[in-house]
Amino acid sequence: MINNRDNETSLLKLENISKRFPGVLALSKVDFDLRAGEVHVLFGENGAGKSTLINIIAGAMKPTSGTILFRGQETHFSNAHIARKLGIHAVFQEFSLIPQLTVTQNLFLGMEKNRYGFLKEKKMRQQMNEILKRLDFDLDPKKKIFQLTRAEQQMVEIAKVFGSDLSVLILDEPTASLTEKETQRLFALIEQAKNNKVGIIYITHRMGEINKISDRITILRDGQYINTVKTDSVTDNELIELMTGRVIDQIFPDIEYNPGKTILSVKNLTTVDNSVKDISMEFKSGEIVGMSGLVGSGKSKAMRACFGIEPIKSGSINFDGNELTRITPAKMLDMGMFYLPSDRRTEGLVMMRNVCENITLAALSQPKLSLYSMLLKRKNENELALDLSQRLNLQPLNISRSADHFSGGNQQKILLAKALTRNTELFIFDEPTVGVDVGTRAAIYEFIRDLCQQGAAIVLISSDLPEILHLTNRTYVFFRGELRAELSGKDITEQNILSYFFKKEAD
Amino acid sequence: MKDIDNPKTENLLIKMVKTTFIKMGVLPFLIILATIIFAMLSDNFLTSRNLINVSRQTTYLVIVAMGQMFALLTGGFDLSVGTILSLSSVVGALAMSAMYAAFPGSVGLVIFVGLLAGLLAGLSVGVINGIGVSVFNVNPFMMTLGMSSVGFGIALFLTGGVPVYGMPESFGNIFGFGKFMGVPTPVLITLGLIFLVYFLVNWTKIGRYFYAVGGNIKASSLSGINTKYVLFLAYVACSFLATISGLLLTARLETGEANIGMTMPLESIAACVIGGVSLRGGVGRVESVVLGALFIGLIQNGMNLARIESYLQTVVLGILLIFAVASDQFRQHLIAKSQD
Repeated sequence: MINNRDNETSLLKLENISKRFPGVLALSKVDFDLRAGEVHVLFGENGAGKSTLINIIAGAMKPTSGTILFRGQETHFSNAHIARKLGIHAVFQEFSLIPQLTVTQNLFLGMEKNRYGFLKEKKMRQQMNEILKRLDFDLDPKKKIFQLTRAEQQMVEIAKVFGSDLSVLILDEPTASLTEKETQRLFALIEQAKNNKVGIIYITHRMGEINKISDRITILRDGQYINTVKTDSVTDNELIELMTGRVIDQIFPDIEYNPGKTILSVKNLTTVDNSVKDISMEFKSGEIVGMSGLVGSGKSKAMRACFGIEPIKSGSINFDGNELTRITPAKMLDMGMFYLPSDRRTEGLVMMRNVCENITLAALSQPKLSLYSMLLKRKNENELALDLSQRLNLQPLNISRSADHFSGGNQQKILLAKALTRNTELFIFDEPTVGVDVGTRAAIYEFIRDLCQQGAAIVLISSDLPEILHLTNRTYVFFRGELRAELSGKDITEQNILSYFFKKEAD
Repeated sequence: MKDIDNPKTENLLIKMVKTTFIKMGVLPFLIILATIIFAMLSDNFLTSRNLINVSRQTTYLVIVAMGQMFALLTGGFDLSVGTILSLSSVVGALAMSAMYAAFPGSVGLVIFVGLLAGLLAGLSVGVINGIGVSVFNVNPFMMTLGMSSVGFGIALFLTGGVPVYGMPESFGNIFGFGKFMGVPTPVLITLGLIFLVYFLVNWTKIGRYFYAVGGNIKASSLSGINTKYVLFLAYVACSFLATISGLLLTARLETGEANIGMTMPLESIAACVIGGVSLRGGVGRVESVVLGALFIGLIQNGMNLARIESYLQTVVLGILLIFAVASDQFRQHLIAKSQD
């Protein structure tokens, strides 16, 4: 591996960049340089600091310390507007589109053509058509964003940046929701931009894409700069080792599966919004079942419907031999199902309340925590919360601290602790390792393994393929709300799963 | 860890002030400042007679502010507290005077029926608020604003805009001017309610749920909490407390009046916010809210003693409210920086 310190002039250079959030150091003295006409991949696990770094480059966040040089001159991106003026544009995973406006209106947002404040609609429409034609995108410019599919929205985002003067282009997992054909189209555009001396920062987890389009790779781990390597000088395994800091086998524990009785069986489930269509599944005790698929494929919604969060149109759900009607989270918790949401901030934790209250929130009705389900037994509550926090190795171990003062990994531990407050037969983990550092990640996997080996049924909803490959003994693959395939044992391979992600079944 | 504060350049006093501010908010400083200023402006301010007076006058606001706290904890607010006060006052007084005219002999029954009628009238506003907010998802602002217009209109309609007389004298004598072991009855009742609310929010499951639902309604619902029911209860609890305040005030004034609660929405929200209740929901302590209400009473009393015109007093109150919110933002900023 070569450490690149060539004398080629860099377009953008970041030196000693640090970023501190309350309770966590997201970036610690990170260096990064980008040359004109290269595709530079940022590689690292969730929570390694990639998003923070691109947010700083795009001007959406200010670094706590460090310097940024743009074309050799020190620059302060105090807001996104300044970065945009320099031609730095980003396509984030979270779309920055306004759903109620049309494609055209979104494209010109913030740089509307006008004369004396009056919009020049006709001119914008013309330009819009030109851009779409140049990019060869099949989009109706008059449609409103909320009427578009996720892939189409992604194309609007891409059109938005390619429509403007570019010097630096940031793409954050741009292919996550694109089809093969659209992906090829995007790669062609990237090639074109490279020829125009645009520097491209590309974030992806897919090895295939890295090998195909990138020139150099910078690896981040836990907010630390690890190395910058040339793509053709490094193998996939070496990359993963750099990313995780250990050999991949060490992260994933060995699990013994002992599939027992069926705990949850779902038949012909369709949700009201049709995001899940006619799905039948079965979950047994002592096994880990994966739910795989692209964002919006229905893998998460299917399980949320079983927990009573998504309204159900038709189908039947049987838990522990009981046919269920009128499903609510309260009822499912009492039956012995626990759902751990993917988004800790919006659905998992009450951020401004302390750890203790968060851990016990779902179990306050139980006799050990309240008298007649009314008066709290606060002593028991504290003991329980402290005990669980210790077991999960919460750092710092202070249960009266509010949840938002913990790092992502430790917030996840609070959520896991919450799941242990009740007698639970079926755990649903929705993206349990998003935004979590490697150490915690391994701990979470062990946690899941222990639950499984103690006889619980586990459902693992994950967009992270290695997780599915290494942890599950059976996996359902979703595509556009439909159940595409059920793989088990040795059939769970990256190629198998990916093939169901995109293509229609041949037969 | 800290790269900005240098302990050497910071003397002990400033550090103490800072930690107090982070822990308790701006209220302790405001109280000290107000006490010093008013003590200088008026010799009567710091007398025990005056301070007892303040606490008696402020009881009505203390009770309403605690009610308002329930709505704020769940992330909403209640603009109809004033209307609840006036409606309970008017309905209670009307019922009492009608009953008194019919059964002049049985005063106890008359008072009981009057209180019950007032309570039902006040609670009904809270129930409608609760249903609107929880079942029909009406924004709390619009819901309670609408209800405040409805209730006020009904109160005016019932009375024709004139005060209601004819209640038994003993009603005012007991609940307005009465004393028990030297302590005014309204103050005693308020103390009882403070204890009750403190117990409710800190030691019961439903109390915890108010905080949880206000802090994160989705997480609460995923934790098996019936969030609609909790929201509903918050507005009912608010109207219950506001009603009691309205009835006590009626006893003190010895008339039922439609316009007694006019300033209550602003003052109760101000008391809560100055007491550190978050407008985003999920954060707030009963003790601080009581202190916040007392502070407002203190300011009003002090300004009266200092002969500041009542019109100007509302100006001061408004400024204090905004100042409290701004300083709370600053406090959040400091908390985020100090990371603990």
